[in-house]
Amino acid sequence: MNASAAQTTLTAYIEGIGLLAPGLADWSQARAVLVGDAPYVAAPVVLPSAISLPPAERRRVGRSVKLALAVGHAAIAAAGLDAATLPTVFAASEADGYNCHDICAVLASDDRQISPTRFHNSVHNAAAGYWSIATGAMAPAAVLCAFDASFGAGLLEALAQLATGTAHCVLIAHDTDFPEPLRSVRPVPDAFGTALALAAQPSARSLARIDLRLCHEAPDRLADTALDTLRLSYPAARGLPLLQAVAKGNNGRVVLDYLGDCALALEISSCR
Amino acid sequence: MNPLLITSYTAASCIGHGLSPSLDALRKRHCGLTPCNFETAVIDTYVGEVAGVDQERLPETLRAFDCRNNRLAQLGLRQDHFSDAVHDAIRRLGATRIAVFIGTSTSGILQTELAYRRRDPLSGRLPADFIYPSTQNTFSAADFVRRYFDLLGPAAAVSTACSSSAKVFASAARLIECGLVDAAVVGGVDSLCLTTLYGFGSLELTSSRPCRPFDAERDGVSIGEAAAFFLVERAPAKPVGDSLLLLGIGESSDAYHMSSPHPDGRGAHQAMTQALASAHLAPEAIDYINLHGTATPSNDAAEGKAVATLFGAATPCSSTKGATGHTLGAAGGLEAAICALALRNGFLPGGINTGRVDPALPISYRLDNRDQPLRRVLSNSFGFGGTNCSLILGLAS
Repeated sequence: MNASAAQTTLTAYIEGIGLLAPGLADWSQARAVLVGDAPYVAAPVVLPSAISLPPAERRRVGRSVKLALAVGHAAIAAAGLDAATLPTVFAASEADGYNCHDICAVLASDDRQISPTRFHNSVHNAAAGYWSIATGAMAPAAVLCAFDASFGAGLLEALAQLATGTAHCVLIAHDTDFPEPLRSVRPVPDAFGTALALAAQPSARSLARIDLRLCHEAPDRLADTALDTLRLSYPAARGLPLLQAVAKGNNGRVVLDYLGDCALALEISSCR
Repeated sequence: MNPLLITSYTAASCIGHGLSPSLDALRKRHCGLTPCNFETAVIDTYVGEVAGVDQERLPETLRAFDCRNNRLAQLGLRQDHFSDAVHDAIRRLGATRIAVFIGTSTSGILQTELAYRRRDPLSGRLPADFIYPSTQNTFSAADFVRRYFDLLGPAAAVSTACSSSAKVFASAARLIECGLVDAAVVGGVDSLCLTTLYGFGSLELTSSRPCRPFDAERDGVSIGEAAAFFLVERAPAKPVGDSLLLLGIGESSDAYHMSSPHPDGRGAHQAMTQALASAHLAPEAIDYINLHGTATPSNDAAEGKAVATLFGAATPCSSTKGATGHTLGAAGGLEAAICALALRNGFLPGGINTGRVDPALPISYRLDNRDQPLRRVLSNSFGFGGTNCSLILGLAS
């Protein structure tokens, strides 16, 4: 065993952030709320049409894909990167909930003929597939699920990519709701998506440097109760303490929720 | 990439529980596919159903995970002394230093399909015994494996449809290479369910006969199920003679269509090219290619073109899906295990069920078994969403 391995630190530079969540229509609005310049006012998420897709595909995508594409494009635009060349990491606790419900309902009925489009949209990597079609990116897409730990799983994967030879990648964490009856057993209320355009090396675009280690500490809460409720309502929102620190432009340390017995400690150094 | 040492591995599919029966079935050219009699499915197709899954009982502490997919996972974990190897790794390395990456496409969705039939007629509520997080959720299989061994390292399910359990090796390799962990339990588990049977049926991609990969008259897949697991570790600088190694990985996206591959196999070509580059090997160094070879007209045409472009017509190739069926998210793991068996035993499995190889696909598709020493083999796995992954396995000597 590598004796120093327990202290392994993974480093990345955040170059762009995308965010779409209840009451937070984009990163600029979210930043104002997270630094305390504006109150948090909950409001249903309005998902934009997936305009980067060809019309035939655009009509076929559901909430999960629209959310992923919206925040992914926003983060990459903010970073001034070219989506066509970027490896991606998608992290979500579920594929599209409405699509899943429809398939299960049809399969429980007398006529089990499910729609071919519903079927290919049911895969967990639907967002990654549509992203690749929308951007022309032939770069690899990692698609991970770790239930409530999905954000942490995605962040680890992205930072591991940057530590092993990848110069840039984008992490897209996105969670959307189920309709009933699945909503009662997995009560994700609406939609929360966030994307981080990440780089292995600092640049003029760097917003903050993050140094990540595994730890066994309790995750940080957000002081604002409504925001902390948001953090706990969506796996993708478990990264909010990191986003708040970046928004504030402070240097500091946050602990993000990951697997119950394993958390992520991040040292954050502002580059601004 | 830095090679990974494969310390232990196992596989369960319709051709056998464990490595020795699986090898025996391949040698005897046994087809494990049978007419579909799964659950209440009424579909004119063949399936590769694993025997004995329903009889598998999960430990009391993991009862919340009980579903066909996790029963199949446990059936796999109990084979070939795989669990002993993991426990040994925990003693050597520590439970926090071992990651878990399990590939699955549908996880325990069968549990949800069954629960939907038992919805309350008035309220529509799901039955109280349905436990979403530890059955249907995609993470369930990875979470189950992590808890089965009391592992404490990073974990995730990789879910990229039919490339899932090839890509687990890539995620594990990165965490090992960057030093976050020393080893990983990786693999794939996918089990029969109505979603995939009726779903592939809706796309008219299921054959009414046992599937015939690369046949001129191939007409679709036979869906199967499997569990395959590997314990991978950072390889020593000089691995001993017959060590089994993961030498290279290539990943790509098609950027083309959700359920059809790029007609020229553009993404497949890129994945194979990158796997060779990551292993520092030329195409001539590959002794055998285990094709994705699903037996759909479009997959085999696209893959055949990509293989022909990169390897020419010399490298022996076959798809073992004629024997096992297409085990979807478990296919990458199952076929990596078959590649490992091929390397270890100097055995090149010919494809079965195929009568006349498609003359439009100029590759060396082998219909006969052959005993010959193999040093480096490549395995392809492609999936919906245009996801591609190629693995190169080899012997250290």
